[in-house]
Amino acid sequence: MSELRFTVDHEWLRVDQDGLITVGVTHFAQDALGDVVFVQLPEAGDYEQGAEVAVLESVKAASSIVMPMAGEVIAVNATLEETPELVNQAPLTEGWFFRMRAADMSAFDSLMDESAYARFLTATADA
Amino acid sequence: MTDTLHKTPLFDLHVELGAKMVPFAGFNMPVQYPLGVLKEHLHTRAAAGLFDVSHMGQLILRGADAAAALETLVPVDIIDLPVGLQRYAMFTNEQGGILDDLMVARLADDVLFVVVNAACKDQDLAHLQSHIGSRCSIESLFDSRALLALQGPKAVDVLARLAPSVASMTFMQFAEVELLGIPCYVSRSGYTGEDGYEISVPNAQAEALARRLLAESEVEAIGLGARDSLRLEAGLCLYGHDMSVDTTPIEASLLWAISKNRRADGARAGNFPGAATILAQHANGVSRKRVGLLPQERTPVREGCEIVDADGNVIGQVCSGGFGPTLGAPLAMGYVTSAFVPVGSAVWAVVRGKRVAMTVAKTPFVEQRYYRG
Repeated sequence: MSELRFTVDHEWLRVDQDGLITVGVTHFAQDALGDVVFVQLPEAGDYEQGAEVAVLESVKAASSIVMPMAGEVIAVNATLEETPELVNQAPLTEGWFFRMRAADMSAFDSLMDESAYARFLTATADA
Repeated sequence: MTDTLHKTPLFDLHVELGAKMVPFAGFNMPVQYPLGVLKEHLHTRAAAGLFDVSHMGQLILRGADAAAALETLVPVDIIDLPVGLQRYAMFTNEQGGILDDLMVARLADDVLFVVVNAACKDQDLAHLQSHIGSRCSIESLFDSRALLALQGPKAVDVLARLAPSVASMTFMQFAEVELLGIPCYVSRSGYTGEDGYEISVPNAQAEALARRLLAESEVEAIGLGARDSLRLEAGLCLYGHDMSVDTTPIEASLLWAISKNRRADGARAGNFPGAATILAQHANGVSRKRVGLLPQERTPVREGCEIVDADGNVIGQVCSGGFGPTLGAPLAMGYVTSAFVPVGSAVWAVVRGKRVAMTVAKTPFVEQRYYRG
């Protein structure tokens, strides 16, 4: 499994062997949201970076999932429709959201790696 | 920012328990503990939950004229409220709007104990002082007493270990009770739809009492997140959301709380702010009312969503909404025009630009389990 990259919106990305990118939310995000009770998955298609493509609803509130890079949503994790709690239980594995094809792979390399994301979390907590 | 927030006497305990603290009505309050909102909610319905609601405003009114005076500010029978009973009431304004909702208990013939909402308490105190301050003494307990709620089917077993007398209290009864040797005010009521108690305790002893209750195996600490989902399932209104100065008690479907003897044909009809408007609405009906709403999909429908009819005409707005852990489904309350008030009416919420079908439903969504003896 290749290394994970992270965004300031607390999403993680992983390049798979077929060249597609899997996207999900981080431990920090699921913990901040609390118990997830509903997931609205993206529709397949092309989106700009930052487009709101999916929604997570916890008991407390709704939160958007944005497109981490420009590209095309190819597949979604339909399991989440019936078992949204997977987002809390396994955010980095079975709780993945969607798979996408990046319009420009160089954008992936500019995202935070694990240690940069850890520093970002610390900085955010101190702010 | 957090420096300017008030802390309840249980602040250190919340932090020690690992609570996630959030600003709420000027207080730093626990929204959830490590258990999480979902499990906290289910635990309260299955066993017992302890809530810190010390942010709420507690007041004592004293004087031979106190009950008659308070009655001029609420559409509720206070004069005939028996000693040892509590009643739900609301402060109304001259337009018939709701300034706040409150609980009133009669502690003695000439002593009333009042609990108001945190966000309204300073305004409520000023309201009382300006309108009835000359007729009775008004003592604020804002800085001297904490309020704990112990809710759930096991609450009675737990609290009876500290004071056996509380087991024989029935819903809405109120008593002075010694708990751990501390003089407390205890009511058998709450905000979850479950049996349970609210306990007013002096600040200095609040933490000792809370720790003692949490030491019981049935009890978990419960945050404001679960408090909200519990009250929503029980169909209970939250001030500032489900009612406000812009809604009357009739529009808010709170006719049940207007005492019979304060209504148009009652012995002490009217004589509260906005009485003309409110009693006319009771007689002639209103153009919109608060109803229960059950979304027909899994999408939670939140406060502020527009409600539309089959043709897309806007007919109302959601005032509270979310997911009900006991119901296992989303649920909401909203204001709709009168044609859609009947239970079973089909309406739609607009959520992120998409229509979600909803059915107007009776409340409570989850059966209330008060102890009525």
